[in-house]
Amino acid sequence: MNTQTANKKQEVAEETMRITGSEAIIRCLLAEGVDILYGYPGGAIMPVYDELYKFRDQIHHVLTRHEQGAAHAAQGYARISGRVGVAIATSGPGATNLITGIADAQIDSTPMVCITGQVFSHLLGTDAFQETDIIGISTPVTKWNHQITKAADIPEVLAKAFYIAKSGRPGPVLIDITKDAQVSELDFKYEKCTGVRSYIPIPKTKPESLSAAAELINSAKKPFIIWGQGVILGQAENELKAVMEKAGIPSAWTILGASAIPTSHNLNVGMVGMHGNYAPNMLTNECDVLIAIGMRFDDRVTGSLNTYAKQAKIIHFDIDPAEIDKNVKTDVAVLGDSKDSLARLLPLLNENKHADWLQKFKDLYAIEFDKVIKGDISPVKEGLTMGEVLKQINIETKGDAAIVSDVGQHQMIACRYAEFTTTKSNITSGGLGTMGFALPAAIGAKMAAPEREVVAIIGDGGYQMNIQELGTIFQQKAAVKIVVLNNEFLGMVRQWQQLFFDKRYASTEMTNPDFVTIAKGYHIAGKRVTKREELADAVKEMIASKESYFLEVCVEKEGNVFPMIPTGASVSEVRLS
Amino acid sequence: MNEEIKTLTISIYTENNIGLLNRISAIFQRRHINIESLTTSQSEIEGVNRFVIVVNMAEAQAKKIVGQLEKQVEVIRAYYHKDEETIYTESCMFKVRSALLFEEPQIQNIIKDSNARIVTVNKEFFVLEKSGKRNEIESLYRDLNVFGIMQFVRAGRIAVTKDEMKVTEMLQAFNNHNN
Ligand SMILES: Cc1ncc(C[n+]2csc(CCOP(=O)(O)OP(=O)(O)O)c2C)c(N)n1
Ligand SMILES: [Mg+2]
Repeated sequence: MNTQTANKKQEVAEETMRITGSEAIIRCLLAEGVDILYGYPGGAIMPVYDELYKFRDQIHHVLTRHEQGAAHAAQGYARISGRVGVAIATSGPGATNLITGIADAQIDSTPMVCITGQVFSHLLGTDAFQETDIIGISTPVTKWNHQITKAADIPEVLAKAFYIAKSGRPGPVLIDITKDAQVSELDFKYEKCTGVRSYIPIPKTKPESLSAAAELINSAKKPFIIWGQGVILGQAENELKAVMEKAGIPSAWTILGASAIPTSHNLNVGMVGMHGNYAPNMLTNECDVLIAIGMRFDDRVTGSLNTYAKQAKIIHFDIDPAEIDKNVKTDVAVLGDSKDSLARLLPLLNENKHADWLQKFKDLYAIEFDKVIKGDISPVKEGLTMGEVLKQINIETKGDAAIVSDVGQHQMIACRYAEFTTTKSNITSGGLGTMGFALPAAIGAKMAAPEREVVAIIGDGGYQMNIQELGTIFQQKAAVKIVVLNNEFLGMVRQWQQLFFDKRYASTEMTNPDFVTIAKGYHIAGKRVTKREELADAVKEMIASKESYFLEVCVEKEGNVFPMIPTGASVSEVRLS
Repeated sequence: MNEEIKTLTISIYTENNIGLLNRISAIFQRRHINIESLTTSQSEIEGVNRFVIVVNMAEAQAKKIVGQLEKQVEVIRAYYHKDEETIYTESCMFKVRSALLFEEPQIQNIIKDSNARIVTVNKEFFVLEKSGKRNEIESLYRDLNVFGIMQFVRAGRIAVTKDEMKVTEMLQAFNNHNN
């Protein structure tokens, strides 16, 4: 085994060298530009950890406190940076603990490579200690997965893993590596993967689809854009903005599309979906041309499909052909990369204003403001609201923070009220709705973008699902700002119990610990706010802190999130109370 | 609109990888689609496998399934075809007591009329192999069942399509692009 090489400066191996499988793994990671990875050691992955030790000045391994934390941290890293997040774990329970994060990355199209150790190949299938069929388990929730049993296969398979994870519609890839493949030697040479013959990452854009789309848009009286994360993943923010502005199209976003266009933009009319804004939901059923860009008509966006935008012609821009006509039948499908398609669409569009149509959005916003928003963000009643906390955060961060939210009422409030100036700033578990996501994801986000303010907004329930990651924050000195909006309830479930189950609050009320003391135990400064007068200063103090800071805000116990489209109802059946 | 349930043959060209069967069957299982039959074999292209899967479903749904199949990294191409667009066959085997050949002479006619082939005969039993359409196999089954069948097994449908698949061209295009 050639250990001297470990201390030398790494270069992408031009020359072949004889090294162990585990050293090869690290060299592959370095060749892919990986600077940070998140994980947890154990028997079947120890040879790799030994190499991580030797290469510790070139690659930073972050020990999380749970493998689920490692997976979510890798997701947070990927979501804020657009780079591939990497998580690593041992076989058996280490590998299975990654699964929730992998499933989350799959449904939210997050580029991630997970490496798991596996028992010796001669033990596969014998129910060996900590053997689990992680390939079988992860198959439905990965874009691709593969088990390596020979050291010689490591460079090619890992190169392919990174290529697949980040190309086309991104997603998680899991590579399972047996211990014998880690400890035996290979002739190492790394070549980046540039293509896989069975895989077309970006489908060709048909010029006639673009002209058909342009024709529909140019003749539309009430065009309406709904964009999704495809705009962010495709780095098409500027192209989208140019299209919106030239054709004067009111544009709304899905939860994962948030922050691609600044909140303050005149044509940004808010969020669609179950707890989205009143105007874009209502007017989905009034527009004449609906232009969906990099979004997938999730059921939380569409409500009942039988009544969804039936009056409109539908144009769907997507990189994934399987999304076309999956839920909503399209009139014009534009396949391809969003940046490229939108850039090519722009010159085909006529300049337009649609002032009256835009005014309708503003009018409905005024109704929503009056009935919902005012009371949320500037309440006069007793009891703190989640909305006023978000408003204070907006004031203190000037909308420049990355907001990492967990799942529940606080998430909907965060996505509704957080103001964004910068893209890739809304990091939340959209498709899977994974409680426990935010704390570790915020760690990953902060480490990937240390220059940015990262504020995690978490419920008292979800906080306790990965609260152990406070240990990672402390050890890594990750300056994450943690806001727990404590309503002493699994609030979102309680809201449904109130509205649809006659207030039978089955197992949703929580007796919580002293969260500030827990943070103190991890040497994280913190404060609990129970009164409105204390809020502004506390938020200011949190944002001013150079280190991690914990802020618990005790909010009203039984607040509800509105507007709301009940499950199965039409987008135009929005409830404002 | 395309909602009529039909028998459809789904053909999938894939890389030759363990694990892919799992990935493919999961796409059907998740959506509660019953697989009538599934066969996998080498295809006309070296190193490329072909799955032939028979399902009963509406064309609109088959389109979505084909999309989900093609989305898998190691699936090269997937198609669905109606019966009239393919040439297909099934095959089966019967194991029958040899004594019946002498006790029940009409069995010999049944075998002849059915175009079944005798694979082997010994003192105790003989084995018939028959390929053809499902109804022919079923009819032979009914005829023999009167006398007693020791074992019966039927393989899944195999099918070739009338029009070209163009998989080779696709792989060629990839090679040209990457050289
Ligand atoms: C892992 C997981 N388990 C269960 C749920 C179902 N669920 C959705 S929201 C919610 C309540 C969240 O409570 P809390 O974290 O306190 O946030 P709040 O709604 O009170 O703001 C639950 C249990 C989930 N989304 N994820
Ligand atoms: Mg709560």
